[in-house]
Amino acid sequence: MIPEELNTIPVVAALVTAQPGAVVGGKSDRGELTLEIAPERIVEVCRFLKDDQKFVRISTVTAVDWYPEEPRFDVVYHLHSPERNERLRLKCRLPGENPEIDSVTVVWRGANWYERETFDLFGIIFRNHPNLKRIMLPEDWEGHPLRKDYPVTGDRV
Amino acid sequence: MSDVETPGVTVVETEAGAQATPEVDPRPRRLVLNMGPQHPSTHGVLRLLLELDGETVMSAQPDIGYLHTGIEKEFEVKLYQQAVTLTDRIDYLAPLSNNLCYCLAVEKLLGLEIPPRAQWTRVMLTEFTRLNSHLVWLGTHAIDIGAMSVFLYCFREREEILRIFEMFSGQRMMTSYFRIGGLALEPPRGWQKRVKSFIDVFPSRVDEYEELLTNNRIWTGRTQGIGSFPLADMLDLGVTGPMLRAAGLKWDTRKAQPYSSYEKFDFEIPTRTENDVYARYLVRIEEMRQSARIIKQALEGMPEGRWTADAPHVVLPERDKMKTQMEALIYHFKIVTEGFRVPAGEVYQVIESPRGEVGYYVVSDGTAKPYRVHVRGPSFGNLQAVPRMVEGTLIADVIASIGSMDFVLGDSDR
Repeated sequence: MIPEELNTIPVVAALVTAQPGAVVGGKSDRGELTLEIAPERIVEVCRFLKDDQKFVRISTVTAVDWYPEEPRFDVVYHLHSPERNERLRLKCRLPGENPEIDSVTVVWRGANWYERETFDLFGIIFRNHPNLKRIMLPEDWEGHPLRKDYPVTGDRV
Repeated sequence: MSDVETPGVTVVETEAGAQATPEVDPRPRRLVLNMGPQHPSTHGVLRLLLELDGETVMSAQPDIGYLHTGIEKEFEVKLYQQAVTLTDRIDYLAPLSNNLCYCLAVEKLLGLEIPPRAQWTRVMLTEFTRLNSHLVWLGTHAIDIGAMSVFLYCFREREEILRIFEMFSGQRMMTSYFRIGGLALEPPRGWQKRVKSFIDVFPSRVDEYEELLTNNRIWTGRTQGIGSFPLADMLDLGVTGPMLRAAGLKWDTRKAQPYSSYEKFDFEIPTRTENDVYARYLVRIEEMRQSARIIKQALEGMPEGRWTADAPHVVLPERDKMKTQMEALIYHFKIVTEGFRVPAGEVYQVIESPRGEVGYYVVSDGTAKPYRVHVRGPSFGNLQAVPRMVEGTLIADVIASIGSMDFVLGDSDR
């Protein structure tokens, strides 16, 4: 659950009131606020944060692989509000088997390439993404290089 | 322009020419044009798939990834201090900005206090990086549009900046001069003289560039009213940096969330409201003047003292101490062979690079190697807006428009 002291932060208080049950955890560490969101609620949460809380920018979307732990993947969103001069990190935990999450491109069009990159390098599927194909690697590449079980070096020939 | 008769061209009318109504051609008029990846005006290896109707761009598809080198993966097998060299190679026109952002992120995880002298030197050199990057941008952007000589003027000053980098770090481009905990070396003797002689003449050099371009009719004709799209779309698509400031948003991380003692410097954030290629040019020109102001303040007020943090387990000891003191030798050995452990946690550090918002997301699991480093390059976000910017405009303006973004493909592809 959310630590008590976070409820005094305006954006957390607003989010918890408007989207009950969506925030499943959080921490404030080194001056940075992280909220853990239930994966199935991510689009509603993002829409609320953008429309109501003025987080008009998505700075980046990426992932972290905690292999072999489960749930294996963290999908990480960094939001930014120039007006409030605040940044916010959202995190969704996904299982290693068929990691899938709804795309937030319907909220910020700018998430498009970041989600494609995360799909390309981690193999996370973003549902309802308008153009989910590889962006960095060639179309016929096998595997997802930023996964921890993908080797860093190849075999010596 | 269109009603000016072109000399030397006579229009021959065929017999029926004047009266006949043009027949509708049943064939589709769409033409798909592949621009790049080897095209001089794409500044690297950007491929643009343009769908044209006559001279109008109907759709544009940027295709990136040609420079993808797996840098984010490589971070995970390097020690924290070794990884500094990777950051240079991401945005090769602004190596020190990337050094700085990575070092600040790791220092935040470590909770290190950086001495003022190192912070001020960092500010001064990152502003030199901004000048360097803007000069390359201005020179190449002008070549794209047809003004050849500006390039030579810009590279004259850039050469001097590279010499200053060489003086500090021994390298012209891949400097790796900022290290976790401070600087790699003590600032060299006599740097003040070198920087002073540069900064004394630089503002007059900016006047020279402006004289060549600002009121040049060809330049204004090619750039004014070109490449504009609404600010709301820019924010939505992830555009940052001078593009936003040319659209009227007064936002600069150096002011909004100051890092490395930028709050101690007096400078302005230039903004324009025209939101076209010309406005972006004016914003960057003014940014160069402001950077020169910051460098001047850093030169005049440079604090004395240590250039590395007081953290023997992170910062390599000085050579003479390493050779005479047992403890220093042990620290040296440990840092070089096994690195230093960084407390578990995660940090997203953002700075203002010449191109816009650079962000380093560093995740530590408590070992001596980063568990995950994600780099948010400004070029990646900016390139995403290319279709929105050029669709519906003329193909001749595509060059000017994408040039005004000032992207570096190494930065977007990583």
